[in-house]
Amino acid sequence: MTSTTDTVAEVRALVGVAQYEESGDFPVERGYIWTTCASVENGNPLFWDDDVARAVTGGLIAPPTMLSVWFRPHHWAPGRTAPHLPLQIHFDLKERLGLPEAVMSDNTIVFHEPVRPGDVLATRQILRSVSDEKTTKLGTGRFWVIDVEYTNQDGAVVGVESYTGFGYRRPAADPPAPAS
Amino acid sequence: MSADAVSREVSPVLLLGEVAVGDRLPELAYEVTATTVVLGALASRDWRPMHHDKDFAVDRNGTRDIFLNTPNQAAWFERYLTDWTGPHGRLGRMTFRMLGSVFPGDTMVLSGVVDEVTVDDQGCGWVGVDVTLSVGDDVKTTCDARVAVPVDPTDNPWRRTSARWHP
Repeated sequence: MTSTTDTVAEVRALVGVAQYEESGDFPVERGYIWTTCASVENGNPLFWDDDVARAVTGGLIAPPTMLSVWFRPHHWAPGRTAPHLPLQIHFDLKERLGLPEAVMSDNTIVFHEPVRPGDVLATRQILRSVSDEKTTKLGTGRFWVIDVEYTNQDGAVVGVESYTGFGYRRPAADPPAPAS
Repeated sequence: MSADAVSREVSPVLLLGEVAVGDRLPELAYEVTATTVVLGALASRDWRPMHHDKDFAVDRNGTRDIFLNTPNQAAWFERYLTDWTGPHGRLGRMTFRMLGSVFPGDTMVLSGVVDEVTVDDQGCGWVGVDVTLSVGDDVKTTCDARVAVPVDPTDNPWRRTSARWHP
């Protein structure tokens, strides 16, 4: 299936529009901070020595790279309905543009206000761009950039993740060799 | 004066003036085990089976074993950078490129080279570091990082609020 000009225009109309807004299920908590620090043997005193945290960061903070952790649900919760897939926009684009395969080429995380224990974060996804059709070694398709913004309970941005995806169709297979 | 430590001074470990383009960070080598992979996956609430179930990883992902997940690798990169900067080092941004998987039995080596040293228009000192996670001769993940470090002993990047923080 080839995406029509109309479909591409419809998809591009969503550029800059906030979608899939969600609130974290749990406040940011120290137990998970310690589990994460232990998993990589991170002895940064900001996470282990309250006096150092007060002196340097004005109070306790979470490791910045834990940003996305606060939105991964626990494995089970009573009565929970299925949450959105992370990066739902990526899957929406594959479907709407008729591109069966996709890869993420790279991702960037930008860190803003510190995340602190007790914070309740919110997230939203924003499509930033959809390229014209391009052909790479993988096949023919389109590149897109999706931002995931994270804010705290005061509305301050704590971080933004940007993902570059490439949705594509594999080149048509070579015709089968004649039977010998 | 009270003995209470609320106003305790903590000196920066690394100042911007001590860093130059081309400097190499000390390498970190770590023997990855199944425990490393599983602990890292659970610490990042990543319950997908290829990070804890070897049969699933082999049969469904076609890999030779379970492998380190991306969010936990980000935590390794953070630890590597802040081991070097000390607690005053404040991450601004990281760009990851995943090139290959890291398995139990691998010795992963993190190394880094400074590729930029600048001061922005708010007076914030920035160091760019090109960090590589390798196993043997294979580069598995690269991370271009930008981290703020104090420009002098009285500076502290963590005191910068939004208007003065341009990561």
